[in-house]
Amino acid sequence: MDFQLTDDQEALKAGVRELLTARFGHAELRAAADGGPPALDRALWRELGEAGFFALRLPEADGGVGLGLPEAVLAFEEAGRVLLPGPLIATHLAAGVVDGAATGEAVVAAVDGVHVEWLDQADAVRGDAAGAQPLRSVDPLTPLHRVPAAGVPLEADPEAVLLTSLLTAAEQLGGAARTCELAVQHARARKQFGQPIGAFQAVQHLCARMLVRVEVARAAVYAAAVTADPADVAAARLLADEAAVRGARDCLQVHGGMGFTWESDVHLHLKRAWIRTQRAGGTTECEEMLADDLLAGAG
Amino acid sequence: MDLACTPEEEDFRARLREWLAQALPSLPPKPSSDDWPGRRAYDLGWQRMLYDAGYAGLHWPVDAGGRGATPTQHLIYLEETEKAGAPYVGANFVGLLHAGPTIASEGSAEQRARWLPPVLRGEEVWCQGFSEPGAGSDLAALRTRAWRHGDDYVVSGSKIWTSHAEVADWCELLVRTDPTAPKHRGISWLAMPMDAPGITVRPLRTLAGSAEFAEVFLDEVRIPVAHRVGAENDGWRVTMVTLSYERGTAFVGEVVACRRVLGELAREARKNGRWDDAVLRRRLGRLNAEFRALWRLTQWNVSAAQRTGGVPGAGGSVFKLRYSHARQELYDAAAELLGPEALDLGRDWTLDRLSSLSYTIAAGTSQIQRNIVAERILGLPKGR
Ligand SMILES: Cc1cc2nc3c(=O)[nH]c(=O)nc-3n(C[C@H](O)[C@H](O)[C@H](O)COP(=O)(O)OP(=O)(O)OC[C@H]3O[C@@H](n4cnc5c(N)ncnc54)[C@H](O)[C@@H]3O)c2cc1C
Repeated sequence: MDFQLTDDQEALKAGVRELLTARFGHAELRAAADGGPPALDRALWRELGEAGFFALRLPEADGGVGLGLPEAVLAFEEAGRVLLPGPLIATHLAAGVVDGAATGEAVVAAVDGVHVEWLDQADAVRGDAAGAQPLRSVDPLTPLHRVPAAGVPLEADPEAVLLTSLLTAAEQLGGAARTCELAVQHARARKQFGQPIGAFQAVQHLCARMLVRVEVARAAVYAAAVTADPADVAAARLLADEAAVRGARDCLQVHGGMGFTWESDVHLHLKRAWIRTQRAGGTTECEEMLADDLLAGAG
Repeated sequence: MDLACTPEEEDFRARLREWLAQALPSLPPKPSSDDWPGRRAYDLGWQRMLYDAGYAGLHWPVDAGGRGATPTQHLIYLEETEKAGAPYVGANFVGLLHAGPTIASEGSAEQRARWLPPVLRGEEVWCQGFSEPGAGSDLAALRTRAWRHGDDYVVSGSKIWTSHAEVADWCELLVRTDPTAPKHRGISWLAMPMDAPGITVRPLRTLAGSAEFAEVFLDEVRIPVAHRVGAENDGWRVTMVTLSYERGTAFVGEVVACRRVLGELAREARKNGRWDDAVLRRRLGRLNAEFRALWRLTQWNVSAAQRTGGVPGAGGSVFKLRYSHARQELYDAAAELLGPEALDLGRDWTLDRLSSLSYTIAAGTSQIQRNIVAERILGLPKGR
């Protein structure tokens, strides 16, 4: 058993981080958040396609990169870190199914329960989006539509639900790790009462709790990527959702009044984390599934 | 990144399983929890069986008498013994899990030869004399004093919360050998024979009603200088080695036990009709996520240790923090499930619930672990 990243996986993660830092750094994030109605950066989408982001798991014979779920999870963790906008998971899952998805030529949205992210900007939609109505999305970087509840049952494609849940957990993990870093950075720099606030135990303990949630979620998410077991995925999802949402809130607290402003990135993390918790069956479904698993395990 | 075991590891697992299946039925009946001599004999008997079968000190280095097993094999051992319902380390806890490893890595050749084999053979029990009435979280504030007298130290002071003190043969004892040095510098780590004149052990009842730990009074106890592990006044560094073992590995096997208990809770809930209660059901589901993740974190940490080959790092604090709280939530859920019966001390779950309360205190409180995470892992400035 060697449950640590391989050298290739480390390199892949570093490579994705490098690409995203160069193409979607802080300036781009702020420009997107502050620039009115969200529009997808098509050039970036194609670059992601060229880099193999969408075709990562597509077999080489079909023009893909031929890697597995663990690699996809690492890439989506990095995307989550920088709050990369767009229907990333839907397009990734459409690679090899919808023309142009693998290369980033096409933007693919998907109906997930009653929501569709990025419907207006999509070239293709998976699922039945008939009657979809736009709503004012809480996240300035994720436009949302609602479809009539009777529309599409969630379990239409169990495989897609499972993968969406896992890749969502990976994004949550990235966001959670990032908000922990932001909190620690701020705690080191900001001074009150003549010393960095990070020297105050109350602040230290907020940060320590954030890290514990991140590390527990990381182990769960990576393990789920290795096993693809539905109960592992549900566990990963619960812990990653918790790490992301609570991490963003604690990060806001550490930032004080600054954290409550639009200028700070903290709210962008919190809002995205909220959006992600709604995907592919949320908390309730995961908890119910894991409860059933306890009885199943009992034989 | 994989979770698969190698063929050698699977082979190790299979042989261990086979051995457990034939060894466990030959164990004597479990003594009652108040019967200390009985518990000591039971725990040592189990250790002796492990020794004879070649499973003693699995994770210890070969030159310390161990098997030099990989961390993964140790993990398999913990998993399989727990699944099979084998006894816990019990009275052998300190000897096997931290005093032993500390002597193995810091002791001289003679010290290793003297102390390690009896621990492995199940002949000697160790206890841990670190905490004092005035030095708990602030361990370095300890005041138990040792004066050099020829070839001996003469030790006076007192220790508290010493688990298994009543039945121990040896105590890993922290003493102050230089009262003028800064508090972390004047400490030494000694092996104290528990039958030395001048030692008084006074059992303390825990909130669960049993005497799990004790006060130990030391009145001019003579301990040979040769019993010091590490250099004089270098005991704090040695202690950090001990504590990293305590936090790094000591609780790992228990995660498996908690997963088993959780399964039992679910079956009990189905039997007594509480499974229809969505709130309770979902709470059990969330606990399933919690313990699955803690097991994954264990595998992650073990793999990391396997790669570096080193002493477990501050990451043990991350594990201990989450685990100690999850364990308490588990037994709170059990109480919720039992309803009025949760007040019955005759129920195992009630006793386990009481004992789970110590997990956020013993081996460093949650607050202290958070200080460690904040300062040593996250690099925040030293706290106020
Ligand atoms: C079941 C059990 C078995 C034990 N077995 C042993 C043993 O075998 N050998 C041994 O040596 N010891 C043993 N201990 C002792 C244990 O290590 C101590 O109880 C523990 O380290 C806490 O010390 P204390 O009890 O003095 O509490 P204190 O240090 O007095 O702490 C009291 C409260 O104050 C908080 N606190 C203290 N300092 C700080 C700080 N800097 N920042 C924030 N909060 C703080 C603590 O978190 C706690 O909530 C055992 C304890 C228990 C419960």
